[in-house]
Amino acid sequence: MPHVPTPPAPSADKRWKLVTTSLRRQGNAPHALIEGMHAVQQAFGHLEPASLRYLAAALGVPLSKAYGVATFYHHFVLEPPGAHTCVVCLGTACHLKGGPAILSAVERAHRVKAGQTTAGGELSLLVARCIGVCSLAPAVVLDGDIQGPCTPAQVLERLAPCFEEPEGSPR
Amino acid sequence: MSVCTLFVDGREVSAGAGETLLEVLRENGIDVPTLCNLEGLSAVGACRMCLVAVKGQGRLMPACTTRVWDHMEVTTHDERLDRYRRGVLELLFAERNHVCSVCVASGHCELQSLAAQLGMDHVRFDYLHPPLAVDASHPRFAIDHNRCILCTRCVRVCDEIEGAHTWDVAGRGVKAWVVTDLAEPWGESSTCTSCGKCVQVCPTGSLFVKGHAVGEMEKRTAFLPYLARRRKGTP
Amino acid sequence: MTTPDELGDLAERAREADAVYCERLRVCTAASCLSSGGAAVEAALAAEIAARGLGERCQVKPVGCLGLCSQGPIVAVETLAGEGRAEHLVPRMQPDEAAAVVERMAAELPPERSIAADIPFFSRQQRIVTANCGRIDPNRIEDALAVGGYEALLHALHEMTPAEVLDEVHRSGLRGRGGAGYPTGLKWRTVAKAAGAQKYVICNADEGDPGAYMDRSVLESDPHRVIEGMAIGAYAVGASEGYVYVRAEYQLAIERLKAAIRQADRLGLLGSAMGGTSFRFHVEVRIGAGAYVCGEETALLASIEGGRGTPRPRPPYPAETGLFGMPTLINNVETWANVPPIVRRGGEWFASIGTERSKGTKVFALAGKVVNNGLVEVPMGTPLREMIFELGGGIPDGAAFKAVQTGGPSGGCIPAEHLDAPVDYETLTQLGSIMGSGGMIVMDEHDCMVDVAKFFMGFCRDESCGKCVPCRVGTVELHHLLEALARGSASERDLALLEELCDLVRHTSLCGLGQSAPNPVLSTLRYFRDEYRAHLAGRCPAGVCAASARSEAAQ
Ligand SMILES: Cc1cc2nc3c(=O)[nH]c(=O)nc-3n(C[C@H](O)[C@H](O)[C@H](O)COP(=O)(O)O)c2cc1C
Ligand code: SF4
Ligand code: SF4
Ligand code: FES
Ligand code: FES
Repeated sequence: MPHVPTPPAPSADKRWKLVTTSLRRQGNAPHALIEGMHAVQQAFGHLEPASLRYLAAALGVPLSKAYGVATFYHHFVLEPPGAHTCVVCLGTACHLKGGPAILSAVERAHRVKAGQTTAGGELSLLVARCIGVCSLAPAVVLDGDIQGPCTPAQVLERLAPCFEEPEGSPR
Repeated sequence: MSVCTLFVDGREVSAGAGETLLEVLRENGIDVPTLCNLEGLSAVGACRMCLVAVKGQGRLMPACTTRVWDHMEVTTHDERLDRYRRGVLELLFAERNHVCSVCVASGHCELQSLAAQLGMDHVRFDYLHPPLAVDASHPRFAIDHNRCILCTRCVRVCDEIEGAHTWDVAGRGVKAWVVTDLAEPWGESSTCTSCGKCVQVCPTGSLFVKGHAVGEMEKRTAFLPYLARRRKGTP
Repeated sequence: MTTPDELGDLAERAREADAVYCERLRVCTAASCLSSGGAAVEAALAAEIAARGLGERCQVKPVGCLGLCSQGPIVAVETLAGEGRAEHLVPRMQPDEAAAVVERMAAELPPERSIAADIPFFSRQQRIVTANCGRIDPNRIEDALAVGGYEALLHALHEMTPAEVLDEVHRSGLRGRGGAGYPTGLKWRTVAKAAGAQKYVICNADEGDPGAYMDRSVLESDPHRVIEGMAIGAYAVGASEGYVYVRAEYQLAIERLKAAIRQADRLGLLGSAMGGTSFRFHVEVRIGAGAYVCGEETALLASIEGGRGTPRPRPPYPAETGLFGMPTLINNVETWANVPPIVRRGGEWFASIGTERSKGTKVFALAGKVVNNGLVEVPMGTPLREMIFELGGGIPDGAAFKAVQTGGPSGGCIPAEHLDAPVDYETLTQLGSIMGSGGMIVMDEHDCMVDVAKFFMGFCRDESCGKCVPCRVGTVELHHLLEALARGSASERDLALLEELCDLVRHTSLCGLGQSAPNPVLSTLRYFRDEYRAHLAGRCPAGVCAASARSEAAQ
C-alpha cells in the first residue's frame, strides 16, 4: 500500500491529539474513516469541512468519499449542535404510546423542527427510531440521559432549564 | 476457460464460466434494458432494469451482476418483467423533473428512449420533483441535479477510469445526490481534471457540456471499454 | 498466558467467593434500569449494608437485565442459606427504600413490595441465551468463569477438531436469529470450505428493528458469552480476525463489550496462543453511525470497510467474498450466544428443544400494549397467545387485543384469529409476517392498522440507502399513498395502486430492506382490509388518523 504522508492537524487544538492517536491505532488505513469521524465528532461535537479535509488527507481517502460517508450516517453532524440535545424516540413502541405528541410539543414550544437547532443555539432536537428501551416508552434522551415513560409536559419541564441564563442543565 | 450452456428464453446459448449474464445476453444479441450498467465500468445492480427470472431462484436477478452457471434457465422478457421495468421507469420519472421538451439531451437520453421502447407513457404516482440546483461553476461542464437518476456512472468512471474520484454520492435515500469533493462548486474542485468522462457517460441530460441548446447534447461512450482494457494493462 | 488449569482455579475461587454469602442483592444495571435510577439504588443498598456491618454475609451485586424492564429499577433479593432459600423481585425500587429492604432481609422476611419469582412471566421461560443475564456481573470475567464461561471454548480448542465443532453446530439445527433463519451449521461449513488467506467472523449487533432490544440486553448482561461464541466459530472456520459491529446508540453495550474483550485478552482467552494452543483470534469493536440498513450483511461489510453502508447484490455471498474480499462468517448476537451451550451440552440436546424445523429457544422483546414489558426467552413453538396473555399478562386497561407485530419493518401484524399459532420461522412466514430478530409489539383496539403501516413505511423511507430505484422512490410513493388513506382522501384507484406498488417494490428491490418494506402494508391489508376501506370512506375506526377528524367534522 502506498505510504500516505500524514498531514499536519488543522489547528494546534489539543483535541486533535485524540484523533491522531485513534487514526494511528488503525494504521491510518482508509477503512478507518468512520472510526476517525467518531473520534472527531467526540472531540469537537461535529464534523466541519476542515476536519473532513484532514481525515481524507490523513487516510488517503477522496474528499467526495469522506463527504459521502459523513452524510450517509445520521449520527454524524456537519453543523455545530446546540448546547443541549433532546432525542425523542419514535420507534414502534414509542410511536404507539405517545412519542409523536412529545415531539410536536417540543417543536411548538421551542419553535424548532426535528433535526434542527434552536435559533439561539440552546437545543438540538433529534428523533430516533428506537433506542432499545421500549419498556420505558415513550422515551426521550436528554443530554445522553435516557428518560421514560414521559409525558409532553414532563419533557417540556425538564427542557426549561436549557433556556435559562446562564448555562442551564436539563435536570 | 470452461464453457457452460444456458437456456435463455428457450434458446440454447453457450458462455464462458465467469462471464456475467448481461455479457452473455449481449454477445448473443438478446436485448435486456439497462441504465446503471455501462461496459467498461464495474456493475452495481442499482437501476433494476436488467432483472431477469432464473429458474430455481426465488428472486429476480440483475443480469449485470450475476455470473452465469451451467444449465442456467433464464427468462428475459415476459408480461411481469416488462411491467416491472415500466414501473421502475415510472418511479424515476416521478422522482425528479424529467421534462424532455426543455432538456439539452432530449433525443439522446437513455431514460427517454427506454421509456419509449418499453411503452411507459404516463406516470400514476405523485410527482416528487424537489427543486434542485444546477451547478454551472465549471468552465466547460454543468450538472442539473433535476435530471439525475443516481445511476452513479459518473462516480464510477471518475474513480475507476480517470482515477480522480471527484464525484461521489452524498446523503441517503431519496435525499441522495451526487457531489464533487466536499459538495463544493464543481468549478472549484481541487481534484477534477476536466477530462469530461463523467459528462460522456451520463445517460441523461444531467451532466452536459455548456453551450448546448435543447436536444443538442449527444453523448459518446465508445471509448470506455477500450480505456478499461488499457487501464488493466491488457494489450 | 493463563493455562486451562489456572482458569479452572480462577473459576473455582470465584465460586467460593460467592458461596460465603447468605444473602445477595442483585441490582439490574442494564440500560433500561440504569436510566430509571439503578445506579443510585445500588449505591444506597451498598451503603446500607456497610452501615449495618452486613458486608460479610450479604453481597450487593450489579448484574445485567432481570427481564421485567418496564418495572425498573429492579432488585432481586436472594436468600441463599438454609431452608429459606428464596428469591423476590422488588420492582421500581427507590433508593430511600434501601433501609426497609435490608431490614426485612436481615429479619428473614420477604420485601414488603415484591413480584413473586414464579409468575408465568418467569416460570414459562426457558433460559439458554439469557441464562446468565441478571445473575452475573457483566463487568467481571471471574463471574462469567464461575458459571462455566469459556469452558466450551477451551473444550473445543483442546478436545475437538474444527470439523467436529462444525458437526455439533450442524446437529443442533440452530438457525440464524438475525431475521432470515438461515441454518447456522450450513453457513459455517461454507465459510470453512471457502479458500482465503485470511478469514473473518463478524457479530452483527446493529439491532435496528424498532421495538427489539434483545441483542442489547445480551451484550449488556453477558458479553463474554458472545465473545466465546465468536471464538468458537473462528476456530471452526479457520478465521483469525473478528469484528463486533454495534450500533452507536448502544453506548453501555459498547463499553461492556470492550471491557470484556480486554479481560479475555488478558487471560489468554483471545489473542495469540489461546488457551495454551496455537490458535489465535483477535476481536475488535466497530461502532455504527445511525443507519438501519447497515444491519444488512453486505452493507455492514461496506461500513466496516469505512464506506457508505449500501448493500450490494448477492451472490457472491459474504461466506465466499466478504470483508476486504475474504470469506466472512456473519452471525447475529443471539446466534453467537447459542454456540457455547451447544458445544458444551451437544447439538442433540439443543435439537431436543423447540419444533421440528425451529430448534432451541428465542428471546423476544415484549412491548407495546401489554402488561409485562420486557425480555422473555421461550422454546420455539410457544403459541402467541401464551406469550401475550400468560407471560405478557394480557392487555392493560381492559382494552381488547387487536394484533401483534413481529419482525419490525420487515414483518407484519398478526390478528386475534391466529393467536394460537406457534412461534416458529415457517408459521410466522405463512401468516405474512416473519420471525425477525424478536421484537413483539402488541397492539390494542386503539391502534389503527393504516397508521401502523404508514409508520413502518416512513421508517423504511428514512432508512432506505437510496442505491436502487424501487426502494428509494417506491417507499416514498407508498408513504404518500398511505398518507392519503390516513387523511381520508384516497380513492379505490389509490388502493389498487398501493397494492401494485407493493408488488413492484417487493420483487425488484436490491436488498432485504426494500424487498420486505411492503410487508407491513400487505399483512394489514390481508387481515384488516375493512380498516383500509373505512379510511376510503373517510373514517378511521380506531380514531387515530386525520380521516376520523374529517368525518367527525362533517357530522
Ligand atoms: C435491512 C436489514 C436489516 C438487518 N438488520 C439486522 C440486524 O440488526 N441484526 C442482525 O443480526 N441481522 C440483521 N439483518 C440480517 C443480516 O443481513 C444477516 O442475515 C444476519 O446478520 C445473519 O446472521 P444470522 O444468520 O445469525 O441471523 C438485517 C437484514 C436486512 C435486510
Ligand atoms: S449525474 Fe448522470 S451519470 Fe451521474 S449519477 Fe446522475 S444520471 Fe448518473
Ligand atoms: S432495497 Fe433500499 S436499502 Fe436496499 S439497496 Fe435498494 S435502496 Fe438500498
Ligand atoms: S420504540 Fe422507543 S425505545 Fe424502542
Ligand atoms: S443495469 Fe443491471 S441493475 Fe442497472
